[in-house]
Amino acid sequence: MPATPTIRVQAEPFDVGAETAALQAGRTDVGGLASFLGICRADGGLAAMVLEHYPGMTERALTRIAEEACARWPLTGCTVIHRHGRLLPGDPIVLVLTASAHRVAALESCAFLIDWLKTKAPFWKREEFAGGGARWVEAKAEDDEAAARWAR
Amino acid sequence: MKVLYFAWVRQKVGTAEEDVAPPEEVRDVAGLVGWLAGRSPGHAAAFADPRQVRAAVNQDFATPDHPVRAGDEVAFFPPVTGG
Repeated sequence: MPATPTIRVQAEPFDVGAETAALQAGRTDVGGLASFLGICRADGGLAAMVLEHYPGMTERALTRIAEEACARWPLTGCTVIHRHGRLLPGDPIVLVLTASAHRVAALESCAFLIDWLKTKAPFWKREEFAGGGARWVEAKAEDDEAAARWAR
Repeated sequence: MKVLYFAWVRQKVGTAEEDVAPPEEVRDVAGLVGWLAGRSPGHAAAFADPRQVRAAVNQDFATPDHPVRAGDEVAFFPPVTGG
């Protein structure tokens, strides 16, 4: 039985320690836990990042991606939390946690999840600058290439 | 049919959501794009380069040849940039 992923899309911050503990709670078969924490970077005078998403489809897409990870690797659990709304430089944006008996499954599936999430989940970033300007972030070809390396 | 717009597509169209009743000839995503582009200058601007716009039908990503019918929820948006 593949693990059932935990998916959350929320405006609020998340607690990495609490989420990590939740993947270990009540079990002794977890040998390794990998994490990716995406953080809002202050590029070129960025004042804030506004994340728009497609309520309903976002949860559906994230669930599908996480279920794919649970099917491909022997995970004991996996958590994906993605924030939306207005975020400031230094704010956490996304958390991916994968737990498994062994490190390779945890590390590989964590990389897979963030690569797929970037190209297959309906989020759009808008950058607001200190001078008052704003622009939508454009999709990057290297993100498509990173996602494509997991193609089967 | 419910049509949703996100990110700069929403800004150009000028609305996040609208109910539309396209004519019978509109059978797929590409046909819907062509029909929507004629609704207003904002729609025309949003769909000026259809290659820059992605679509979803009933909350699944859809290609231009994906069929659309009355009652569907169809969304248009730029390539995604989450993570």
